[in-house]
Amino acid sequence: MSATTKTLEEVTTRDYEAGFVTDIEQDTVPPGLNEDVIRFISAKKNEPEWLLEWRLKAYRNWLNMPHPTWANVNYPPIDFQAISYFSAPKSDDDRPKSLDDIDPKIKETYDKLGIPLYEQEMLAGVAVDAVFDSVSVATSYKEKLAEKGIIFCSMSEAVENHPELVQKYLGTVVPHNDNFFAALNSAVFTDGSFVYIPKGVRCPMELSTYFRINAANTGQFERTLIVAEEGSHVSYLEGCTAPKRDENQLHAAVVELVALDDAEIKYSTVQNWYPGDENGVGGIYNFVTKRGLCQGRNSKISWTQVETGSAITWKYPSCVLRGDNSVGEFYSVAVTRGYQQADTGTKMIHMGKNTRSTIVSKGISAGHGQQSYRGLVRIAPTAENARNYSQCDSMLMSDTCGAHTFPYIDCQNPSAQMEHEATTSKIGEDQIFYCKQRGISEEDAVSLIVNGFCKDVFRTLPMEFAVEAQKLMEITLEDSVG
Amino acid sequence: MALLEIENLHAAIDGTEILKGINLTLNTGEVHAIMGPNGSGKSTLAKVLAGDEAYEVTQGSIRYNGQDLLDMDPEIRAREGMFLGFQYPVEIPGVSNTYFLKAAVNAIRKHRGQDEMDAMEFLQLIRERAKTVKLEDTLLQRPVNEGFSGGEKKRNEVFQMAVLEPVLAILDETDSGLDIDALRTVAEGVNAMRSAERGFLVITHYQRLLNYIVPDHVHVLLGGKVVKSGGKELAKELEQSGYAMFGEQAA
Repeated sequence: MSATTKTLEEVTTRDYEAGFVTDIEQDTVPPGLNEDVIRFISAKKNEPEWLLEWRLKAYRNWLNMPHPTWANVNYPPIDFQAISYFSAPKSDDDRPKSLDDIDPKIKETYDKLGIPLYEQEMLAGVAVDAVFDSVSVATSYKEKLAEKGIIFCSMSEAVENHPELVQKYLGTVVPHNDNFFAALNSAVFTDGSFVYIPKGVRCPMELSTYFRINAANTGQFERTLIVAEEGSHVSYLEGCTAPKRDENQLHAAVVELVALDDAEIKYSTVQNWYPGDENGVGGIYNFVTKRGLCQGRNSKISWTQVETGSAITWKYPSCVLRGDNSVGEFYSVAVTRGYQQADTGTKMIHMGKNTRSTIVSKGISAGHGQQSYRGLVRIAPTAENARNYSQCDSMLMSDTCGAHTFPYIDCQNPSAQMEHEATTSKIGEDQIFYCKQRGISEEDAVSLIVNGFCKDVFRTLPMEFAVEAQKLMEITLEDSVG
Repeated sequence: MALLEIENLHAAIDGTEILKGINLTLNTGEVHAIMGPNGSGKSTLAKVLAGDEAYEVTQGSIRYNGQDLLDMDPEIRAREGMFLGFQYPVEIPGVSNTYFLKAAVNAIRKHRGQDEMDAMEFLQLIRERAKTVKLEDTLLQRPVNEGFSGGEKKRNEVFQMAVLEPVLAILDETDSGLDIDALRTVAEGVNAMRSAERGFLVITHYQRLLNYIVPDHVHVLLGGKVVKSGGKELAKELEQSGYAMFGEQAA
């Protein structure tokens, strides 16, 4: 035990590897939220009237909504008037025209994080829409995508150049009054990504966005919308890491996916935001609403998430299976260590006939980490022959962490077939000893065992992301056994 | 040359003393067998040698290759050529046998200042070694020991030994749970590796394994002590008269 206890102590003194702050000027509104701030944001972004009205509607709804308390997480009340709702990197022109126009410090930040921006992307087949705080500063490969009629741009650009598409789909999956944080996002969202894949088009590359929270005390309210037309196919990667900050930062994003007949959307996330220090001070509050609508027949939406960061994670990427024969998938690895808390899972809402869903959730808790899987599988009366398979496994790495499971099942059609499997295990001293006896160090042994535990999820990630995820797990869980 | 020198070794688990003064010297090139009834301390000895932290050495010393073994972490012992074939090999779900062994081989090579083995070379090595213990190729891609039969697990241990080419191999009841064919295969695997540069410590309940792996020395362990040492004929003697010949301690 002595060696493992020692390594547990080491983990608490370990610095957050992505913790640095880029020093650039910010164009920020004073803290506080009221209709004027919303009008300011909307004006700043030259938005059409309908969008301002939509924001204001969301805001007025939000004012009457209670702060949700049902999640198994604890945090002090958030003062929404202390948050600044708009910040954008300053530049002479409103927006950089090419990658060369990017503030070198921003590029440096990305380099430190090991995010490739130039040729590496081409080699990796990735186009990046990088979000630095609230305004997109780099979008690549747009022309190549445009040849196929694919639109991949920031939400602001989409509002400007494709207002009819935005108006048609925005809020159709996550309405402006869906929940407390989604309503807040609808009122104040500043940017995000927009993807449109035309009928019958298979997107030739993985689309990727890196989010980064930079300015202190600035909430980030990203809004992402992906629409896959009939018979189209897209794989989207979202990766996140934030510089070190002492104050809590709120992040309330909304992601909406719409898949029409025979369309397929794969959405993968690696989330590595600042989790707070060894005493649980600071860190990101990650309150996200992600939902996909399988609107068309034979459509498919697949969520894969690797969640290692944030002080608090509150997130349930869900699928509404409206189209007949549509398929929803949720693959998740979540790690909580230090004083991190996560309440995460999914909802699979079966409405169409022969709809199928798969849930594979792997939770790893270390230190004082607390983790809950919360999932809902609902079979509506109209969902003839629906099938669901759920598997929730938890791995505990210390005596002070916790794992909880809250599976909800609501079945209103007798033809449904549902399976639920759950396990909880403690990472075995005997497994680690076995590895050591073969010459493998304790750190490598832990990463080997954990990666094995997560394999079913990692293998659903696109190749380059899977490698990144494994590396992230190694960094995250080094010295975590205790 | 003495490969392993155990002097007056006392070891305890959770405050209960299991080993009560073991003395044993094993020279390079020799095969020693340790026999004894259940609870005599055989497996404890194996685990103490490998460095299992659940056990506390309370007294005595162990020298391995001239070094103080008790000063070395378990992974260093392994990298210095010590191998333990586990009595109950653990399962590591999701980690393929091949991936696991590659990590082990490269950790050992790194320790020795060698370059990592390239993938093709490694694949060739494991395929060849798998044949020597009649381990099916499909087991190489399966997760470590997961869903293996008892016999497959034991063969997998011997296979790992064949790949890692240890200087001292400790086999903890590798014969238990094996049918006669598997036993023979395992023994052949071990015999093929016998050499002047390698030592074996074979721990077993039964004499029958020693029909196939003929030891140079046999030690009888009883109540945490070596009560008798001798040549291979000692094993035969035991087979006939049982541990009762050592008196009440055996009961």
